Amino acid sequence: MKKSVFLGAVAAAALSAGVASAATLDDVKARGELLCGSNTGLTGFGAPDANGNWVGFDVSLCRAVAAAVLGDPAKVKFVPTTGETRFTALASGEVDLLVRNSTWTYSRDTDLKFDFVAVNYYDGQGFMVKKDLGVSSAKELDGATVCIQTGTTTELNLADFFKFNNISYTPVTVQDDSEAQRQYLAGACDAYTTDASGLAASRATMADPENHIILPEIISKEPLGPAVRHGDNQWGDVVRWTFYALLIAEEKGITKANIEEVAASSTDPEVRRLLGLEGDAGVMMGLDNNWAKNAIAANGNYGEIFEANIGTATPIGLARGLNALWTQGGLQYAPPLR
Amino acid sequence: MSETDAQTAFIRSEMLAPQLPPVTERGVIKWLRENLFAGWLNSLLTLVSLFVVVSIIVTALPWWLNGVWNAGSLGECRTIAGPEGGACWAVIKARWHQYIFGFYPQDAYWRPILAFGMMFVALAPVLYYGLRAGAKLIGVVAVLTVLSLAALDHNIAHVGAIAVLMAGLFAFSVIAPKRLVYVTILYPFIAFWLLWGGSIWKPVATLLGFGVMVLVYRLIQPRLGVIMGTAVGFVAACLYWLFVQGAITGALGDAWPTLTAVNSDQFGGFLLAFVIGVTAITCSLPIGILLALGRRSDMVLIKTLSVGFIEFIRGVPLITMLFTASLLLQYFLPPQTNFDLILRVVILVTLFAAAYIAEVIRGGLAALPRGQYEAADALGLDYWQAQRLIIMPQALKISIPGIVSTFIGLFKDTTLVSFVGLLDPLRGVTQIVRADINWKGIYWEPYIFVGVIFFLICFGMSRYSMYLERKLKTDHR
Repeated sequence: MKKSVFLGAVAAAALSAGVASAATLDDVKARGELLCGSNTGLTGFGAPDANGNWVGFDVSLCRAVAAAVLGDPAKVKFVPTTGETRFTALASGEVDLLVRNSTWTYSRDTDLKFDFVAVNYYDGQGFMVKKDLGVSSAKELDGATVCIQTGTTTELNLADFFKFNNISYTPVTVQDDSEAQRQYLAGACDAYTTDASGLAASRATMADPENHIILPEIISKEPLGPAVRHGDNQWGDVVRWTFYALLIAEEKGITKANIEEVAASSTDPEVRRLLGLEGDAGVMMGLDNNWAKNAIAANGNYGEIFEANIGTATPIGLARGLNALWTQGGLQYAPPLR
Repeated sequence: MSETDAQTAFIRSEMLAPQLPPVTERGVIKWLRENLFAGWLNSLLTLVSLFVVVSIIVTALPWWLNGVWNAGSLGECRTIAGPEGGACWAVIKARWHQYIFGFYPQDAYWRPILAFGMMFVALAPVLYYGLRAGAKLIGVVAVLTVLSLAALDHNIAHVGAIAVLMAGLFAFSVIAPKRLVYVTILYPFIAFWLLWGGSIWKPVATLLGFGVMVLVYRLIQPRLGVIMGTAVGFVAACLYWLFVQGAITGALGDAWPTLTAVNSDQFGGFLLAFVIGVTAITCSLPIGILLALGRRSDMVLIKTLSVGFIEFIRGVPLITMLFTASLLLQYFLPPQTNFDLILRVVILVTLFAAAYIAEVIRGGLAALPRGQYEAADALGLDYWQAQRLIIMPQALKISIPGIVSTFIGLFKDTTLVSFVGLLDPLRGVTQIVRADINWKGIYWEPYIFVGVIFFLICFGMSRYSMYLERKLKTDHR
């Protein structure tokens, strides 16, 4: 998920002169279309379906932003970006917003001059092994061969983890997820490591998922979130609060189905502020007061988006875990809307 | 006398019926002995190869024979194929349209199909100038186009209109095969309009610019020569495109006929490969010829520029060029300019191919004996006449294999655009298909499908180049 940052660094250096225009919000409104940098295809997170409609967890956030800004979740153009092109595409203004399961790191925030405005998915790197290997913890992987995607920070995390635990391994480098799965199943490596969400998706589609286990250790922090350009705080606020609106909606039990009913009957002041019935929350940001209502109506609240794309009811079957609301023991926490 | 007769024991009075050669010297056995088992080394190699071939077939054959065509997901495929496993061709059946057309709107599939069919009509006079084979090609393509349309497009009016159009083109190619060149000249504009849609007046107004160029050239060339004529014509056309064309297209606006506009980001799969490949192939040949001539020129400036261009482009990997197209160019353009990514990629792929073509043609030029140049001078031909009538026909003929292999390489290189996020058939579309949870984990089938199509196209190009070499062979070496 975290391919070479070199090109991005080059691009960001060139950008320090400030090429891309500052007022993204005005540009988006003038264009009437949101340009959303997306994945070239990642199961559950973002990919076009058989009819060419983009669907997925990250895609839904783009649609919510489009609904908040333009009032229509369909007014998004998805620009597929690869690991190499994503940061330059954002820096050069080719996309307004990058929602492409990119990890929020120090250097991307500071050196590449982006703002990660929120974390929509807390991920972490894990290991998958065959059950008959008889391993129950990653610390027992001494001397194992490990399939790992090249040029990613998972490669560095892996080296750190084994060095720290004073055990050895042999890396088998692969280009992408499908190749990794192929090599792993063919027995070229004992363990396959990547983000836990990716492991779950891979395991779900194997012929014999019951023969593979994902080890309990999560060896890195991978906070994935939407990124915008540095220095355009108004636009950053729009994206951040659109995401928080989805969280607040889940907290308050507002769903895609009941939103009209809640709007008509709710007396909770925060809900009324969120849905634009009281106060001028939208106008403060440069949007109209229906912004959050439109965003929630697009694909439902955060929990609904999660369950529809990657949740336990889907074949990928990810549990909420760290991504549960703070009230349920997770890390998803929205500041108060007032 | 009778004694002598008796000594002559036997004189054959009629010929023996010819006998077959010994069994080891004829038929299959002779062939086997000569080709497969001549000496112990050959026999050993034969046995080893046989073993390899048989073991590959034994491993792969059940997988091929057990292929599943009807399933909704990889899991279903596995259930149907059973424990021995089998190819899951159902993924191709479910997603073939994305491999061919990308995200092109489904109700507009007739447009790329028609553009593809007409491409052969436009190619016919180039490939088989004035020959019967051209009409034959057009006939076959016309039938195939109409058939595939009938299968894919359920609008009878479309199919009927296109059938009439293709029949008309076929009749035209039979009656006046040489006039078909006009279709070739118009084809880029027709194809652009069909593929991208929008108002027809945009390509028509662009075409007018070329009309301006030719007109100015015709006026100036007799007085000031070819170079001045071309230069002034080019400048005039540029002025027209910059300042006049906007007014014309603006005035006509969306006047009839228009097609629904299709954005470049909806292009993908083989449609994208063809758009990039065919445009780059067509444009790189003339540019390559000019560069090759420039490199051999006596004029220092032109020579330096040509050498610099060729060496720079050849020294840089294609992927670098693609990244330049996708990333760096954005920084040099004004913010918020929407300079189409496909267009950027096409331009850089064209320049890349042109540098290689230039070197191939320079090889052809170098192979011509000096006498040819001197003979052209002795006839009193000027530089361009000599190139057109004497030098180029021979140099290009020598270079055919090199040119075609550059083209084949270029066409296959179009798959590299997946690195800049375009939907090439091999990696881009496959990645999207695999991102669908139903097809995640599928590996060989998409590669085989795409590989077979690429093979057919490249093999076709290669066979045509061999045909062309045979046809143009005039020496007696």
